Amino acid sequence: MGVIFNILMRNHPSTLAAATTGPLQGRSHGLLLALFCLLVPFLCFLFWKQHQPPPVASEHGAGIDLMINYLLAAVGGLLLVGHAILAWFVWRFSRQDRVTFRLATVRTEWKWALVPVVLMLLVAEGGVLVFGVPVWKKFYVAKAPANALTVEVTGQQFVWHFRYPGKDGLFGRTHVKFIDDDNVLGLDPTDAAGRDDLIVNGQLRLPVNRPVRLRLRSKDVLHGFFLPSQRVRQDIVPGMLIEVWFVPNQAGQFEILCTELCGLGHHMMRGLLQVMPEREFEQWLNQNHS
Amino acid sequence: METVQTIERTEAFESPWAGGVSPFKTSWQKLMMWLFIIGDALLFAGFLAIYGFVRLASPSWPNRAEVFHLELIALMTTALISSGATMATAVEAARRGHWRMVVRFLLLTLAGGLAFLGMQAYEWSQFIAAGATLQSNPWGVPPFGASFFLITGFHGAHVSIGIVILLITAVRSATGRSRAGGLELAGLYWAFVDLVWVFIFPLFYLI
Amino acid sequence: MIPTPIGNATPHATGFWRRYIFSADHKVIGIQYYLTAMAMALVAGALALLMRIQLTWPGIRLSWLGKLFPAGMPGGVMTPEFYLSLITMHGTLMVFFVISLALVSGFGNYLIPIQIGARDMAYPFLNMLSFWLVVPACLIMLGSFFVEGGAAAAGWTAYPPLSALPQAVPGSGWGQTLWLLAMALFIVSFTMGGLNYVTTILNLRTKGMSMMRLPLTVWTLFFAAVLGLLTFPALTAAAIMLLFDRHFGTSFFVPGGLFVGGEIVPHEGGTPLLWQHLFWFLGHPEVYVLLLPAVGMTFDVLAAFTRKPVFGYRLVVISLIVLTALSVVVWGHHMFVSGMSPYLGEFFTIGTMLITVPSAVIGLCLIASLWGGCLRLTTPMLFAIGVIALFGTGGFGGIFLGNATSDIFLHGSYFVVGHFHFMIGGVTLFAMFAATYFWFPKMFGRSMNERLGRIHFWLSLIGFYGMFLGMHFLGLNGLPRRYYAFTQFEILKPLQGMHLWISISSFLFAAASFLFLFNFFWSLARGSRAARNPWEATTLEWTVRSPPPHGNWEAEPPQVHRWAYEYSAPDAARDFTPQTVEPDGAMAPK
Repeated sequence: MGVIFNILMRNHPSTLAAATTGPLQGRSHGLLLALFCLLVPFLCFLFWKQHQPPPVASEHGAGIDLMINYLLAAVGGLLLVGHAILAWFVWRFSRQDRVTFRLATVRTEWKWALVPVVLMLLVAEGGVLVFGVPVWKKFYVAKAPANALTVEVTGQQFVWHFRYPGKDGLFGRTHVKFIDDDNVLGLDPTDAAGRDDLIVNGQLRLPVNRPVRLRLRSKDVLHGFFLPSQRVRQDIVPGMLIEVWFVPNQAGQFEILCTELCGLGHHMMRGLLQVMPEREFEQWLNQNHS
Repeated sequence: METVQTIERTEAFESPWAGGVSPFKTSWQKLMMWLFIIGDALLFAGFLAIYGFVRLASPSWPNRAEVFHLELIALMTTALISSGATMATAVEAARRGHWRMVVRFLLLTLAGGLAFLGMQAYEWSQFIAAGATLQSNPWGVPPFGASFFLITGFHGAHVSIGIVILLITAVRSATGRSRAGGLELAGLYWAFVDLVWVFIFPLFYLI
Repeated sequence: MIPTPIGNATPHATGFWRRYIFSADHKVIGIQYYLTAMAMALVAGALALLMRIQLTWPGIRLSWLGKLFPAGMPGGVMTPEFYLSLITMHGTLMVFFVISLALVSGFGNYLIPIQIGARDMAYPFLNMLSFWLVVPACLIMLGSFFVEGGAAAAGWTAYPPLSALPQAVPGSGWGQTLWLLAMALFIVSFTMGGLNYVTTILNLRTKGMSMMRLPLTVWTLFFAAVLGLLTFPALTAAAIMLLFDRHFGTSFFVPGGLFVGGEIVPHEGGTPLLWQHLFWFLGHPEVYVLLLPAVGMTFDVLAAFTRKPVFGYRLVVISLIVLTALSVVVWGHHMFVSGMSPYLGEFFTIGTMLITVPSAVIGLCLIASLWGGCLRLTTPMLFAIGVIALFGTGGFGGIFLGNATSDIFLHGSYFVVGHFHFMIGGVTLFAMFAATYFWFPKMFGRSMNERLGRIHFWLSLIGFYGMFLGMHFLGLNGLPRRYYAFTQFEILKPLQGMHLWISISSFLFAAASFLFLFNFFWSLARGSRAARNPWEATTLEWTVRSPPPHGNWEAEPPQVHRWAYEYSAPDAARDFTPQTVEPDGAMAPK
């Protein structure tokens, strides 16, 4: 032990002179590094060609896609320019054997600082104010239209339950003390409003082109309700009733993912979303209501 | 502890806060104590913020008049605040070098602190006897009991630590091993403990 | 005469124990922190490799690993609970016990006193205590793998109720409690360190060392310490309350009416969102605690190897102030879709977009520091340029996530994983490597091997981009993080190919890191002897012998006459002028 530490921290006189490095060291590394810097935006472009969000299938989703695409274009441009400048600097200044600079005055520094300030205010802040906030307001702040269909989503380790209010349009009361194998949501048997509630496990059926209001609840821990194609994502918090609304505008079958860590089966908490024509949906609803 | 370094401002070079000249012209011990107090104050701020959040999120909150004996609380508060005054006197006496007076006032401060702790212990025992626990309490929502015990307990722990510090300082002062700087640090800490109570007191007992 | 600025340090302690183990010398403590971080990095890195193996070849049987982890990998096949422990512990260890320890505590301790001309920290004993609190914290963290139920498994963010209810996930048994205890020890230690840093930097600067003459390393460490002091109390309060929820039946973070594992949960009245707010009130500034020192050290390395002053010293300091201030009011951008009020979401998105401004100014200053320089592409310099590239790439990715609208799609996806690995994994790690190669001669009196260093750089760079650049785009596909396997979803199956490349890159990066370790330890014994100032740099640490003696300065502490970046000054005899040189050009008296 002591020997190792003596080696680690030995004080010995500095015998050798300085300057183990000279000018023009590592020129080839400069060229390579510059090329690597240029490669990065190019790689990003290649990746982007192959990896894009699934086709959008909801009304507000187009707005989110616009935001993302704007950022991809604007920030991608900045990325390209930034890396090109870095590449140029690294290549250019690794090839000279003496410095060639003038010490920047305070004024010059401030002038140059304006470039990132203006760019960021325009691209980042401007982008979110122009493209982002309106979509955010529509998705989160605005209330669902009156004709919206209301469905309750309940997250449970590790399945999804969906509850339709039935003909009366009212959800029955639930309480944790009523939960058992047959009554997964704990419906209060004394509440008349709950008698015609339709509970479906694992599969959410929705009519196309009609606003849907989702009431999100959890039985146990945090869950994340994610519809990639519809660009809907909302964490589900136990003890809270959170509402989101959206308009699915493509019929078809989609997957529902859980995106907030919820335990062992988090990776297989799969649900299905079936978006169907309004008539088919009504038919299904009528068939299943007793 | 005495300030180890003497600051020779004339020696330092131009421009703001040049070496050895600190922004507040204090010793590092005092600066460090202040920083610690800021951090600890933020810890209490965190607790009180949680308390406020939980309280606002609760459907109802117990009626203070039913739960607390405000006379007792007033007495507790008076004891603690007066101990703050005696502590300040002790610090000033130390600055002037009257060490016998320092010891006397430190003992008075100790008495105030112990009285506070004793009354708090009495209050707690009354609560526990009435059936209040961390999980539930007879007056209303569970978070009431939990936040009460947690936050007053945390403050009580600070007072207890303060009493230990005061004891050590008193012994050292009596045997002539204390310095004015050290008393100042202890005084800062004690003032901080007082100040925290000034926040806890209205937030729990009055509002 | 100059009064000795040490408090109660005992200079020249003799004997092995006082000198190397329970030492109060800031340099020894710094090295102790660094080596501790290195050991923890080995563990945390190994955890990451295990995760990569599972993600690339789900359910693969590795019987030799089954012997090592009989509970977590029975028969060599990883269980989901073990995977969740891996992600939790990898995150916790890397953020708090590797990057924090190495950059902030390790280099912070080593560099602050010696760069400001002090003999030691303000309170060396407290400094020693803070290291010896971290050691049990590390041991508890590591030990939690071997308790029943395994290590904590609720993610490094430890969101309740998962972290509050032992029945919710196996790791929420003793593992989570130990996690909380270790974090508490870490926070106490970090607070002690922070007190020392701020006090030392404000009060113990040597004569002439005004604030605007400080090297940027010291400035950034100062702000990191301030941020830590201001924000850790929030997590402390939250952690204490979570402990109470877990063991004493309180309900600060657990609401009523929960049904977990077939039983009704007896809690009532809390809210899980509260934890998220408190956690991220620390968690976001913590990013800057890690990032700022990395940037500061990069500036110092850049100046030495471009042979010119950094660009925009004042701008950087102002940006640091703005960043520090803004960073404590933007925590909500981690919670856009968490269920908090959408109006808060708007506030946080606008605030977060504002924080891109000082970040971009710092980015500009980093790049512009190269302009007109005469680049010496030594290993530390290569890593420093790597930092600039990573800072750019990662920073631009952040714009997507700080934007509430695009975050609706990208939140909790691999885009997030890619982004934060670039920022608090890449920038910090590359800066740490740069700093290690740069200050190694000062710390140990020997130089690290250049050839190995460059190979290390190139393998790391390629490996790093290979790992995390693609992850951004997986996130664009919607791939969620913290999944044990991607086999259950039709839309995730086509993405499996990318995982292979990410894993290969991670093996490359791991190999490079072993090269670094070899270089480090080999150079300790066999590296070529280093002079006082092998890089011809200007700051104070290079004016003393390598390694510096206890107390740093042989005679009197130095006097400072100029700022930290006097390179290639016109009319100067050489292309660097140490801070101790008097304005007329004569060397200051020793």
